[in-house]
Amino acid sequence: MNVIFAVAGVVIKEMYRRKDFYVLLILTVVITLLMGSINFFDDDKIARYLKEVCLMLIWVSSLVIAISTVARQLPMEKENRTIFPLLAKPISRAQLVTGKFLGCWLACGVALLCFYVFFGCLSFSRERHWFLLNYFQAATLHWAMLAIIIGMALLGSLVFAAPSSNGTICFVLVAGILLIGGYLNRVAMQTTEPGRSFVYAIYYIIPHLEIFNVQERMVHDWPLIEWKYYALAILYAAAYSAVFVFFSCRLFRRKALS
Amino acid sequence: MRSPRIPYLLMLLLLTVAFSVAAWVEPQYQERQEVHSGDMMSFLLGDSRRLFANHFFVKADVYFHSGFYPTIFDNQQSFQTPHMAEDAGALKGHNEGDETAFMGPPLDFIEAFRRHFAPSSHTHLDEGGAQGTNGVNLDLGEKGGEVREILPWLKISAELDPNRIETYMVTAYWLRKRMGKVDEAEEFLREGLRANPNNPAILYELGRIYHEDRTNDVHAINLWELGVRKMDEQKSVKTEQDNFILFQLTLSLARVEEDRGNYARAIQWLEREKAVSPYPDVITKQIEDDRQKLADSQKSGADTPAKTGSQPP
Repeated sequence: MNVIFAVAGVVIKEMYRRKDFYVLLILTVVITLLMGSINFFDDDKIARYLKEVCLMLIWVSSLVIAISTVARQLPMEKENRTIFPLLAKPISRAQLVTGKFLGCWLACGVALLCFYVFFGCLSFSRERHWFLLNYFQAATLHWAMLAIIIGMALLGSLVFAAPSSNGTICFVLVAGILLIGGYLNRVAMQTTEPGRSFVYAIYYIIPHLEIFNVQERMVHDWPLIEWKYYALAILYAAAYSAVFVFFSCRLFRRKALS
Repeated sequence: MRSPRIPYLLMLLLLTVAFSVAAWVEPQYQERQEVHSGDMMSFLLGDSRRLFANHFFVKADVYFHSGFYPTIFDNQQSFQTPHMAEDAGALKGHNEGDETAFMGPPLDFIEAFRRHFAPSSHTHLDEGGAQGTNGVNLDLGEKGGEVREILPWLKISAELDPNRIETYMVTAYWLRKRMGKVDEAEEFLREGLRANPNNPAILYELGRIYHEDRTNDVHAINLWELGVRKMDEQKSVKTEQDNFILFQLTLSLARVEEDRGNYARAIQWLEREKAVSPYPDVITKQIEDDRQKLADSQKSGADTPAKTGSQPP
Protein backbone atom coordinates (compact mmCIF):
# COMPACT_ATOMS: atom_id res chain seq x y z
CA MET A 1 0.00 0.00 0.00
CA ASN A 2 2.90 2.37 0.77
CA VAL A 3 4.19 1.87 -2.74
CA ILE A 4 0.82 2.85 -4.20
CA PHE A 5 0.73 5.98 -2.05
CA ALA A 6 4.29 6.83 -3.08
CA VAL A 7 3.31 6.68 -6.78
CA ALA A 8 0.16 8.70 -6.01
CA GLY A 9 2.24 11.33 -4.22
CA VAL A 10 4.40 11.81 -7.30
CA VAL A 11 1.29 12.33 -9.45
CA ILE A 12 -0.09 14.93 -7.00
CA LYS A 13 3.23 16.81 -6.97
CA GLU A 14 3.25 16.75 -10.75
CA MET A 15 -0.23 18.27 -10.85
CA TYR A 16 0.58 21.22 -8.64
CA ARG A 17 3.77 21.87 -10.61
CA ARG A 18 1.79 22.12 -13.82
CA LYS A 19 -0.15 25.27 -14.64
CA ASP A 20 -3.40 23.70 -15.93
CA PHE A 21 -5.17 23.80 -12.60
CA TYR A 22 -4.19 27.39 -11.77
CA VAL A 23 -5.18 28.65 -15.19
CA LEU A 24 -8.57 26.94 -15.04
CA LEU A 25 -9.23 28.15 -11.49
CA ILE A 26 -8.35 31.75 -12.40
CA LEU A 27 -10.46 31.56 -15.55
CA THR A 28 -13.41 30.24 -13.55
CA VAL A 29 -13.06 32.99 -10.97
CA VAL A 30 -12.64 35.76 -13.55
CA ILE A 31 -15.54 34.66 -15.77
CA THR A 32 -17.84 34.19 -12.79
CA LEU A 33 -16.96 37.58 -11.32
CA LEU A 34 -17.45 39.24 -14.70
CA MET A 35 -20.89 37.62 -14.98
CA GLY A 36 -21.62 38.73 -11.44
CA SER A 37 -20.87 42.33 -12.30
CA ILE A 38 -23.79 42.50 -14.74
CA ASN A 39 -26.67 44.54 -13.35
CA PHE A 40 -30.18 43.13 -13.82
CA PHE A 41 -32.89 45.61 -12.81
CA ASP A 42 -30.80 46.92 -9.87
CA ASP A 43 -31.27 43.69 -7.94
CA ASP A 44 -28.08 42.49 -6.26
CA LYS A 45 -29.69 39.39 -4.72
CA ILE A 46 -30.06 37.53 -8.00
CA ALA A 47 -27.80 34.52 -7.51
CA ARG A 48 -28.92 31.46 -9.39
CA TYR A 49 -27.74 32.36 -12.88
CA LEU A 50 -24.34 33.05 -11.36
CA LYS A 51 -24.32 29.76 -9.50
CA GLU A 52 -25.22 27.95 -12.71
CA VAL A 53 -22.42 29.61 -14.68
CA CYS A 54 -19.93 28.93 -11.88
CA LEU A 55 -20.93 25.27 -11.54
CA MET A 56 -20.78 24.76 -15.29
CA LEU A 57 -17.24 26.16 -15.36
CA ILE A 58 -16.28 23.97 -12.41
CA TRP A 59 -17.58 20.89 -14.20
CA VAL A 60 -15.78 21.70 -17.45
CA SER A 61 -12.55 22.52 -15.60
CA SER A 62 -12.68 19.35 -13.52
CA LEU A 63 -13.22 17.21 -16.61
CA VAL A 64 -10.31 18.89 -18.38
CA ILE A 65 -8.03 18.44 -15.37
CA ALA A 66 -9.04 14.82 -14.79
CA ILE A 67 -8.88 13.57 -18.37
CA SER A 68 -5.79 15.51 -19.42
CA THR A 69 -3.88 14.43 -16.29
CA VAL A 70 -4.74 10.74 -16.56
CA ALA A 71 -4.47 10.38 -20.31
CA ARG A 72 -0.77 11.26 -20.36
CA GLN A 73 0.39 9.39 -17.22
CA LEU A 74 1.40 5.99 -18.63
CA PRO A 75 2.21 7.10 -22.21
CA MET A 76 4.59 9.80 -20.86
CA GLU A 77 6.32 7.30 -18.58
CA LYS A 78 6.83 5.09 -21.61
CA GLU A 79 7.91 7.89 -23.89
CA ASN A 80 10.42 9.30 -21.39
CA ARG A 81 11.55 5.74 -20.58
CA THR A 82 11.13 6.48 -16.87
CA ILE A 83 8.88 3.46 -16.65
CA PHE A 84 11.84 1.06 -16.74
CA PRO A 85 13.66 2.36 -13.62
CA LEU A 86 10.24 2.68 -11.97
CA LEU A 87 9.38 -0.97 -12.58
CA ALA A 88 12.90 -2.03 -11.68
CA LYS A 89 12.05 -1.08 -8.09
CA PRO A 90 10.02 -3.53 -6.04
CA ILE A 91 6.74 -2.43 -7.55
CA SER A 92 4.31 -4.47 -9.59
CA ARG A 93 2.56 -3.21 -12.68
CA ALA A 94 -0.80 -3.40 -10.89
CA GLN A 95 0.56 -1.23 -8.06
CA LEU A 96 1.84 1.30 -10.57
CA VAL A 97 -1.56 1.52 -12.30
CA THR A 98 -3.43 1.73 -8.98
CA GLY A 99 -1.00 4.39 -7.75
CA LYS A 100 -1.51 6.45 -10.88
CA PHE A 101 -5.29 6.15 -10.50
CA LEU A 102 -5.17 7.12 -6.83
CA GLY A 103 -2.80 10.04 -7.47
CA CYS A 104 -4.97 11.49 -10.21
CA TRP A 105 -8.12 11.04 -8.15
CA LEU A 106 -6.64 12.70 -5.06
CA ALA A 107 -5.22 15.53 -7.18
CA CYS A 108 -8.68 16.09 -8.65
CA GLY A 109 -10.06 16.08 -5.09
CA VAL A 110 -7.69 18.89 -4.11
CA ALA A 111 -8.66 20.85 -7.22
CA LEU A 112 -12.37 20.30 -6.55
CA LEU A 113 -11.96 21.48 -2.98
CA CYS A 114 -10.58 24.83 -4.21
CA PHE A 115 -13.34 25.16 -6.81
CA TYR A 116 -16.15 24.36 -4.37
CA VAL A 117 -14.76 26.69 -1.69
CA PHE A 118 -14.97 29.48 -4.27
CA PHE A 119 -18.48 28.37 -5.21
CA GLY A 120 -19.56 28.36 -1.56
CA CYS A 121 -18.18 31.86 -0.98
CA LEU A 122 -19.87 33.10 -4.14
CA SER A 123 -23.24 31.65 -3.10
CA PHE A 124 -22.92 33.10 0.38
CA SER A 125 -22.03 36.53 -0.94
CA ARG A 126 -25.37 36.66 -2.76
CA GLU A 127 -27.72 34.47 -0.74
CA ARG A 128 -26.37 35.12 2.78
CA HIS A 129 -26.96 31.48 3.63
CA TRP A 130 -24.61 28.51 3.86
CA PHE A 131 -25.91 25.22 2.48
CA LEU A 132 -22.85 23.36 3.74
CA LEU A 133 -24.26 19.84 3.61
CA ASN A 134 -25.59 20.44 0.11
CA TYR A 135 -22.16 21.64 -1.00
CA PHE A 136 -20.61 18.57 0.64
CA GLN A 137 -22.98 16.20 -1.16
CA ALA A 138 -22.47 17.93 -4.52
CA ALA A 139 -18.67 18.04 -4.22
CA THR A 140 -18.30 14.42 -3.08
CA LEU A 141 -20.68 13.12 -5.73
CA HIS A 142 -18.71 15.10 -8.30
CA TRP A 143 -15.47 13.64 -6.96
CA ALA A 144 -16.93 10.12 -7.04
CA MET A 145 -17.93 10.64 -10.67
CA LEU A 146 -14.40 11.78 -11.47
CA ALA A 147 -13.15 8.44 -10.10
CA ILE A 148 -15.14 6.66 -12.83
CA ILE A 149 -13.84 9.04 -15.50
CA ILE A 150 -10.26 8.68 -14.30
CA GLY A 151 -10.61 4.89 -14.41
CA MET A 152 -12.06 5.14 -17.90
CA ALA A 153 -9.26 7.42 -19.14
CA LEU A 154 -6.63 5.19 -17.53
CA LEU A 155 -8.00 2.18 -19.38
CA GLY A 156 -8.15 4.29 -22.53
CA SER A 157 -4.49 5.27 -22.17
CA LEU A 158 -3.62 1.57 -22.47
CA VAL A 159 -5.93 0.95 -25.41
CA PHE A 160 -5.43 4.00 -27.60
CA ALA A 161 -2.13 4.91 -29.18
CA ALA A 162 -1.84 8.58 -28.24
CA PRO A 163 -2.96 10.65 -25.21
CA SER A 164 -4.70 13.11 -27.55
CA SER A 165 -6.95 10.46 -29.11
CA ASN A 166 -7.68 9.00 -25.69
CA GLY A 167 -8.55 12.43 -24.32
CA THR A 168 -10.85 13.25 -27.22
CA ILE A 169 -12.66 9.92 -27.02
CA CYS A 170 -13.07 10.26 -23.26
CA PHE A 171 -14.49 13.78 -23.61
CA VAL A 172 -16.97 12.65 -26.26
CA LEU A 173 -18.04 9.64 -24.20
CA VAL A 174 -18.44 11.61 -20.98
CA ALA A 175 -20.38 14.40 -22.72
CA GLY A 176 -22.59 11.83 -24.46
CA ILE A 177 -23.35 9.99 -21.22
CA LEU A 178 -24.05 13.22 -19.33
CA LEU A 179 -26.37 14.54 -22.04
CA ILE A 180 -28.32 11.49 -23.22
CA GLY A 181 -27.10 8.50 -21.20
CA GLY A 182 -30.07 8.68 -18.87
CA TYR A 183 -32.59 8.76 -21.69
CA LEU A 184 -31.30 5.83 -23.73
CA ASN A 185 -34.03 3.62 -22.21
CA ARG A 186 -36.68 5.96 -23.61
CA VAL A 187 -34.92 6.02 -26.98
CA ALA A 188 -34.82 2.20 -26.91
CA MET A 189 -38.58 2.03 -26.26
CA GLN A 190 -39.20 3.88 -29.52
CA THR A 191 -36.87 1.66 -31.53
CA THR A 192 -37.66 -1.64 -33.19
CA GLU A 193 -35.70 -4.86 -32.63
CA PRO A 194 -32.79 -5.56 -32.82
CA GLY A 195 -31.99 -1.86 -32.30
CA ARG A 196 -34.00 -1.82 -29.07
CA SER A 197 -31.97 -4.60 -27.42
CA PHE A 198 -28.74 -2.99 -28.63
CA VAL A 199 -29.60 0.45 -27.20
CA TYR A 200 -30.89 -1.10 -23.98
CA ALA A 201 -27.65 -3.09 -23.64
CA ILE A 202 -25.65 0.15 -23.97
CA TYR A 203 -27.96 1.75 -21.41
CA TYR A 204 -27.21 -0.97 -18.86
CA ILE A 205 -23.48 -1.17 -19.59
CA ILE A 206 -22.48 2.49 -19.48
CA PRO A 207 -21.70 4.14 -16.16
CA HIS A 208 -24.55 6.57 -15.52
CA LEU A 209 -22.52 9.68 -14.81
CA GLU A 210 -25.64 11.87 -14.98
CA ILE A 211 -26.67 10.50 -11.57
CA PHE A 212 -23.81 12.46 -10.02
CA ASN A 213 -24.78 15.69 -11.74
CA VAL A 214 -26.70 17.50 -9.02
CA GLN A 215 -26.14 20.98 -10.46
CA GLU A 216 -29.89 21.65 -10.76
CA ARG A 217 -30.36 20.83 -7.09
CA MET A 218 -27.50 23.12 -6.11
CA VAL A 219 -28.54 26.02 -8.30
CA HIS A 220 -32.17 25.96 -7.15
CA ASP A 221 -31.47 25.19 -3.49
CA TRP A 222 -33.30 21.88 -3.38
CA PRO A 223 -33.22 20.03 -0.04
CA LEU A 224 -30.55 17.42 0.70
CA ILE A 225 -30.46 14.13 -1.16
CA GLU A 226 -31.48 11.28 1.13
CA TRP A 227 -28.28 9.87 2.64
CA LYS A 228 -29.08 6.25 1.74
CA TYR A 229 -29.31 7.14 -1.95
CA TYR A 230 -26.18 9.26 -1.63
CA ALA A 231 -24.32 6.26 -0.15
CA LEU A 232 -25.61 4.00 -2.91
CA ALA A 233 -24.34 6.44 -5.53
CA ILE A 234 -20.88 6.48 -3.92
CA LEU A 235 -20.88 2.66 -3.95
CA TYR A 236 -21.97 2.70 -7.60
CA ALA A 237 -19.02 4.96 -8.45
CA ALA A 238 -16.63 2.80 -6.42
CA ALA A 239 -17.79 -0.32 -8.24
CA TYR A 240 -17.36 1.16 -11.71
CA SER A 241 -13.95 2.67 -10.84
CA ALA A 242 -12.82 -0.71 -9.48
CA VAL A 243 -13.89 -2.41 -12.70
CA PHE A 244 -11.96 0.10 -14.84
CA VAL A 245 -8.84 -0.12 -12.64
CA PHE A 246 -9.04 -3.92 -12.65
CA PHE A 247 -9.17 -4.09 -16.45
CA SER A 248 -6.39 -1.47 -16.67
CA CYS A 249 -4.16 -3.63 -14.44
CA ARG A 250 -4.95 -6.74 -16.50
CA LEU A 251 -4.18 -4.95 -19.75
CA PHE A 252 -1.01 -3.31 -18.47
CA ARG A 253 0.30 -6.62 -17.14
CA ARG A 254 0.30 -8.08 -20.67
CA LYS A 255 1.43 -4.97 -22.47
CA ALA A 256 4.90 -4.83 -24.00
CA LEU A 257 6.70 -1.70 -22.80
CA SER A 258 9.45 -1.47 -25.38
CA MET B 1 -16.35 25.49 -87.91
CA ARG B 2 -16.28 27.45 -84.62
CA SER B 3 -16.64 31.19 -84.83
CA PRO B 4 -13.56 33.05 -83.49
CA ARG B 5 -15.88 35.55 -81.83
CA ILE B 6 -17.45 33.02 -79.41
CA PRO B 7 -14.84 33.39 -76.61
CA TYR B 8 -15.20 37.17 -76.76
CA LEU B 9 -18.98 36.93 -76.69
CA LEU B 10 -18.81 34.55 -73.73
CA MET B 11 -16.51 36.92 -71.91
CA LEU B 12 -18.89 39.78 -72.62
CA LEU B 13 -21.80 37.72 -71.31
CA LEU B 14 -19.91 36.90 -68.10
CA LEU B 15 -19.00 40.56 -67.61
CA THR B 16 -22.65 41.52 -68.06
CA VAL B 17 -23.77 38.89 -65.54
CA ALA B 18 -21.11 40.00 -63.06
CA PHE B 19 -22.15 43.66 -63.45
CA SER B 20 -25.85 42.76 -63.00
CA VAL B 21 -25.17 40.71 -59.86
CA ALA B 22 -23.03 43.49 -58.41
CA ALA B 23 -25.74 46.07 -59.16
CA TRP B 24 -28.30 43.82 -57.45
CA VAL B 25 -26.23 42.90 -54.40
CA GLU B 26 -24.68 46.29 -53.59
CA PRO B 27 -27.89 48.17 -52.59
CA GLN B 28 -29.00 45.23 -50.46
CA TYR B 29 -25.63 45.10 -48.75
CA GLN B 30 -25.72 48.83 -48.04
CA GLU B 31 -29.27 48.58 -46.69
CA ARG B 32 -28.24 45.72 -44.45
CA GLN B 33 -25.26 47.67 -43.20
CA GLU B 34 -27.51 50.61 -42.30
CA VAL B 35 -30.12 48.48 -40.56
CA HIS B 36 -27.68 46.44 -38.52
CA SER B 37 -25.04 49.03 -37.81
CA GLY B 38 -24.30 49.13 -34.11
CA ASP B 39 -26.23 45.93 -33.38
CA MET B 40 -23.45 43.53 -32.48
CA MET B 41 -25.82 40.65 -31.63
CA SER B 42 -27.45 40.79 -35.07
CA PHE B 43 -24.09 41.02 -36.75
CA LEU B 44 -22.63 38.06 -34.86
CA LEU B 45 -25.62 35.75 -34.64
CA GLY B 46 -27.89 36.81 -37.52
CA ASP B 47 -31.36 35.32 -37.31
CA SER B 48 -30.13 32.52 -35.07
CA ARG B 49 -30.35 34.97 -32.17
CA ARG B 50 -34.11 34.37 -32.18
CA LEU B 51 -33.46 30.70 -31.44
CA PHE B 52 -31.21 31.66 -28.55
CA ALA B 53 -33.79 34.17 -27.36
CA ASN B 54 -36.41 31.43 -27.29
CA HIS B 55 -33.99 29.17 -25.44
CA PHE B 56 -33.41 31.78 -22.74
CA PHE B 57 -37.13 32.52 -22.47
CA VAL B 58 -37.76 28.84 -21.78
CA LYS B 59 -34.77 28.85 -19.43
CA ALA B 60 -36.53 31.51 -17.37
CA ASP B 61 -39.52 29.15 -17.11
CA VAL B 62 -37.17 26.34 -16.05
CA TYR B 63 -35.96 28.63 -13.25
CA PHE B 64 -39.58 29.47 -12.42
CA HIS B 65 -39.99 25.74 -11.72
CA SER B 66 -36.65 25.43 -9.90
CA GLY B 67 -35.33 23.07 -12.56
CA PHE B 68 -38.28 20.64 -12.49
CA TYR B 69 -38.99 20.80 -16.21
CA PRO B 70 -39.60 18.30 -19.04
CA THR B 71 -36.83 17.48 -21.48
CA ILE B 72 -37.38 16.57 -25.12
CA PHE B 73 -37.69 12.96 -23.97
CA ASP B 74 -40.60 13.73 -21.59
CA ASN B 75 -44.28 14.46 -22.15
CA GLN B 76 -44.46 18.23 -22.75
CA GLN B 77 -48.27 18.50 -23.00
CA SER B 78 -48.54 20.38 -19.73
CA PHE B 79 -45.66 22.74 -20.56
CA GLN B 80 -46.59 23.90 -24.08
CA THR B 81 -47.08 27.46 -22.82
CA PRO B 82 -44.50 28.64 -20.28
CA HIS B 83 -46.28 28.86 -16.93
CA MET B 84 -44.62 32.15 -16.00
CA ALA B 85 -46.08 33.69 -19.20
CA GLU B 86 -49.51 32.14 -18.62
CA ASP B 87 -49.58 33.36 -15.01
CA ALA B 88 -48.56 36.83 -16.20
CA GLY B 89 -51.41 36.86 -18.74
CA ALA B 90 -48.95 37.38 -21.58
CA LEU B 91 -49.83 34.23 -23.50
CA LYS B 92 -52.98 32.22 -23.94
CA GLY B 93 -52.50 28.86 -22.23
CA HIS B 94 -52.43 25.65 -24.24
CA ASN B 95 -51.34 23.35 -21.46
CA GLU B 96 -53.08 20.05 -20.92
CA GLY B 97 -52.62 17.17 -18.54
CA ASP B 98 -50.90 16.78 -15.22
CA GLU B 99 -47.95 19.14 -14.87
CA THR B 100 -46.58 17.13 -11.95
CA ALA B 101 -46.36 13.81 -13.78
CA PHE B 102 -44.68 14.63 -17.11
CA MET B 103 -41.94 12.06 -16.47
CA GLY B 104 -44.39 9.18 -16.09
CA PRO B 105 -43.49 6.11 -14.05
CA PRO B 106 -39.79 5.10 -14.13
CA LEU B 107 -39.05 2.51 -16.81
CA ASP B 108 -36.36 0.66 -14.86
CA PHE B 109 -34.40 0.65 -11.60
CA ILE B 110 -31.66 2.95 -12.95
CA GLU B 111 -34.21 5.62 -13.86
CA ALA B 112 -35.96 5.20 -10.51
CA PHE B 113 -32.61 5.63 -8.75
CA ARG B 114 -31.62 8.61 -10.89
CA ARG B 115 -34.79 10.50 -9.96
CA HIS B 116 -33.63 10.75 -6.35
CA PHE B 117 -30.85 13.08 -7.55
CA ALA B 118 -32.93 15.38 -9.75
CA PRO B 119 -35.55 18.02 -8.88
CA SER B 120 -38.64 15.99 -8.16
CA SER B 121 -41.67 18.15 -7.45
CA HIS B 122 -43.64 20.84 -9.21
CA THR B 123 -43.15 24.22 -7.55
CA HIS B 124 -43.30 27.85 -8.63
CA LEU B 125 -40.74 30.41 -7.49
CA ASP B 126 -43.41 32.89 -6.42
CA GLU B 127 -44.76 30.25 -4.04
CA GLY B 128 -41.44 29.61 -2.32
CA GLY B 129 -39.70 27.42 -4.89
CA ALA B 130 -37.81 24.28 -3.98
CA GLN B 131 -37.11 25.21 -0.37
CA GLY B 132 -40.70 26.24 0.13
CA THR B 133 -41.82 22.69 -0.42
CA ASN B 134 -39.61 21.43 2.37
CA GLY B 135 -41.32 23.51 4.99
CA VAL B 136 -38.09 25.33 5.74
CA ASN B 137 -38.73 28.86 6.96
CA LEU B 138 -36.22 30.81 4.90
CA ASP B 139 -36.11 34.45 3.99
CA LEU B 140 -37.70 34.30 0.57
CA GLY B 141 -37.16 37.95 -0.19
CA GLU B 142 -39.84 40.55 -0.74
CA LYS B 143 -43.31 39.97 -2.09
CA GLY B 144 -42.39 37.67 -4.94
CA GLY B 145 -40.19 35.21 -3.11
CA GLU B 146 -37.32 34.13 -5.32
CA VAL B 147 -39.04 35.11 -8.56
CA ARG B 148 -36.23 37.60 -9.23
CA GLU B 149 -34.15 34.64 -10.39
CA ILE B 150 -35.98 34.44 -13.73
CA LEU B 151 -35.12 38.05 -14.62
CA PRO B 152 -31.56 37.62 -15.99
CA TRP B 153 -32.72 35.12 -18.59
CA LEU B 154 -35.65 37.31 -19.63
CA LYS B 155 -33.36 40.31 -19.98
CA ILE B 156 -30.91 38.31 -22.12
CA SER B 157 -33.82 36.98 -24.20
CA ALA B 158 -35.00 40.55 -24.86
CA GLU B 159 -31.47 41.62 -25.78
CA LEU B 160 -31.22 38.82 -28.30
CA ASP B 161 -34.65 39.28 -29.82
CA PRO B 162 -36.10 42.75 -29.18
CA ASN B 163 -39.17 41.86 -31.26
CA ARG B 164 -40.31 39.08 -28.95
CA ILE B 165 -43.25 40.82 -27.29
CA GLU B 166 -44.08 38.30 -24.58
CA THR B 167 -40.63 38.77 -23.04
CA TYR B 168 -41.46 42.39 -22.20
CA MET B 169 -44.92 41.50 -20.92
CA VAL B 170 -43.73 38.68 -18.68
CA THR B 171 -40.78 40.65 -17.30
CA ALA B 172 -42.88 43.72 -16.58
CA TYR B 173 -45.58 41.65 -14.88
CA TRP B 174 -43.19 39.92 -12.47
CA LEU B 175 -41.23 43.10 -11.84
CA ARG B 176 -44.23 45.16 -10.82
CA LYS B 177 -46.67 42.61 -9.42
CA ARG B 178 -44.33 40.42 -7.42
CA MET B 179 -41.28 42.55 -6.79
CA GLY B 180 -42.83 45.99 -6.52
CA LYS B 181 -40.39 47.44 -9.08
CA VAL B 182 -42.89 49.55 -11.00
CA ASP B 183 -40.37 52.05 -12.38
CA GLU B 184 -38.11 49.29 -13.70
CA ALA B 185 -41.12 47.55 -15.25
CA GLU B 186 -42.20 50.74 -17.03
CA GLU B 187 -38.68 51.43 -18.23
CA PHE B 188 -38.41 47.91 -19.65
CA LEU B 189 -41.77 48.21 -21.40
CA ARG B 190 -40.73 51.53 -22.90
CA GLU B 191 -37.59 49.82 -24.21
CA GLY B 192 -39.95 47.30 -25.80
CA LEU B 193 -42.05 50.10 -27.29
CA ARG B 194 -38.95 51.68 -28.81
CA ALA B 195 -38.13 48.38 -30.50
CA ASN B 196 -41.78 47.67 -31.42
CA PRO B 197 -43.54 51.03 -31.86
CA ASN B 198 -47.25 51.04 -30.89
CA ASN B 199 -47.38 47.33 -30.21
CA PRO B 200 -50.86 46.63 -28.72
CA ALA B 201 -49.62 44.00 -26.25
CA ILE B 202 -46.96 46.29 -24.80
CA LEU B 203 -49.44 49.16 -24.70
CA TYR B 204 -51.83 46.90 -22.80
CA GLU B 205 -49.17 46.03 -20.21
CA LEU B 206 -48.12 49.67 -19.92
CA GLY B 207 -51.77 50.59 -19.38
CA ARG B 208 -51.95 48.07 -16.56
CA ILE B 209 -49.08 49.85 -14.83
CA TYR B 210 -50.95 53.17 -15.01
CA HIS B 211 -54.24 51.60 -13.94
CA GLU B 212 -53.07 49.26 -11.18
CA ASP B 213 -49.92 50.88 -9.83
CA ARG B 214 -50.08 54.56 -10.66
CA THR B 215 -53.91 54.82 -10.37
CA ASN B 216 -53.95 57.05 -13.42
CA ASP B 217 -57.00 55.66 -15.23
CA VAL B 218 -57.13 58.34 -17.87
CA HIS B 219 -53.61 57.53 -19.03
CA ALA B 220 -54.39 53.81 -18.90
CA ILE B 221 -57.53 54.30 -21.01
CA ASN B 222 -55.58 56.30 -23.58
CA LEU B 223 -52.94 53.61 -23.84
CA TRP B 224 -55.48 50.80 -24.14
CA GLU B 225 -57.48 52.69 -26.72
CA LEU B 226 -54.36 53.28 -28.73
CA GLY B 227 -53.74 49.55 -28.49
CA VAL B 228 -57.20 48.74 -29.84
CA ARG B 229 -56.77 51.28 -32.65
CA LYS B 230 -53.42 49.78 -33.63
CA MET B 231 -54.97 46.33 -33.52
CA ASP B 232 -57.75 47.52 -35.87
CA GLU B 233 -55.21 49.07 -38.23
CA GLN B 234 -53.32 45.80 -38.42
CA LYS B 235 -53.67 44.57 -41.99
CA SER B 236 -52.48 40.99 -41.53
CA VAL B 237 -54.82 38.20 -40.44
CA LYS B 238 -55.28 38.21 -36.66
CA THR B 239 -53.72 35.30 -34.85
CA GLU B 240 -55.10 33.63 -31.75
CA GLN B 241 -52.60 35.63 -29.68
CA ASP B 242 -53.79 38.90 -31.31
CA ASN B 243 -57.37 38.05 -30.40
CA PHE B 244 -56.25 37.23 -26.86
CA ILE B 245 -54.62 40.65 -26.51
CA LEU B 246 -57.68 42.35 -28.04
CA PHE B 247 -59.84 40.47 -25.54
CA GLN B 248 -57.68 41.70 -22.66
CA LEU B 249 -57.64 45.28 -23.95
CA THR B 250 -61.42 45.48 -24.38
CA LEU B 251 -62.03 43.69 -21.08
CA SER B 252 -59.81 46.16 -19.23
CA LEU B 253 -61.47 49.12 -20.96
CA ALA B 254 -64.93 47.80 -20.10
CA ARG B 255 -63.94 47.23 -16.44
CA VAL B 256 -62.41 50.65 -15.99
CA GLU B 257 -65.38 52.36 -17.62
CA GLU B 258 -67.74 50.43 -15.33
CA ASP B 259 -65.73 51.59 -12.34
CA ARG B 260 -65.99 55.16 -13.55
CA GLY B 261 -69.76 54.81 -14.02
CA ASN B 262 -69.60 55.21 -17.80
CA TYR B 263 -71.95 52.29 -18.49
CA ALA B 264 -72.71 53.27 -22.07
CA ARG B 265 -69.05 53.12 -22.96
CA ALA B 266 -68.55 49.97 -20.93
CA ILE B 267 -71.35 48.31 -22.92
CA GLN B 268 -69.72 49.30 -26.17
CA TRP B 269 -66.41 47.83 -25.10
CA LEU B 270 -68.17 44.68 -23.91
CA GLU B 271 -69.87 44.34 -27.29
CA ARG B 272 -66.43 44.54 -28.84
CA GLU B 273 -65.05 42.03 -26.36
CA LYS B 274 -67.84 39.54 -27.01
CA ALA B 275 -66.54 38.88 -30.52
CA VAL B 276 -63.19 37.62 -29.23
CA SER B 277 -64.16 36.26 -25.82
CA PRO B 278 -63.99 32.51 -25.15
CA TYR B 279 -67.13 32.97 -23.00
CA PRO B 280 -69.57 35.11 -25.04
CA ASP B 281 -72.52 34.06 -22.84
CA VAL B 282 -70.89 35.56 -19.77
CA ILE B 283 -70.25 38.79 -21.67
CA THR B 284 -73.86 38.89 -22.85
CA LYS B 285 -74.97 38.67 -19.23
CA GLN B 286 -72.55 41.43 -18.25
CA ILE B 287 -73.93 43.63 -21.04
CA GLU B 288 -77.46 43.07 -19.75
CA ASP B 289 -76.36 43.97 -16.22
CA ASP B 290 -74.70 47.15 -17.44
CA ARG B 291 -77.78 48.06 -19.47
CA GLN B 292 -79.85 47.67 -16.32
CA LYS B 293 -77.40 49.85 -14.36
CA LEU B 294 -77.46 52.43 -17.14
CA ALA B 295 -81.26 52.47 -17.14
CA ASP B 296 -81.32 52.80 -13.33
CA SER B 297 -78.87 55.68 -13.36
CA GLN B 298 -80.81 57.47 -16.10
CA LYS B 299 -84.08 56.93 -14.22
CA SER B 300 -82.71 58.40 -11.03
CA GLY B 301 -81.45 61.32 -13.10
CA ALA B 302 -78.11 61.04 -11.41
CA ASP B 303 -76.04 59.94 -14.29
CA THR B 304 -72.39 60.35 -13.62
CA PRO B 305 -71.02 63.28 -15.58
CA ALA B 306 -68.98 62.07 -18.50
CA LYS B 307 -65.36 61.87 -17.53
CA THR B 308 -62.62 62.36 -19.96
CA GLY B 309 -61.61 58.96 -21.17
CA SER B 310 -62.43 56.45 -23.78
CA GLN B 311 -64.18 57.14 -27.01
CA PRO B 312 -66.72 54.56 -28.22
CA PRO B 313 -65.06 51.88 -30.31
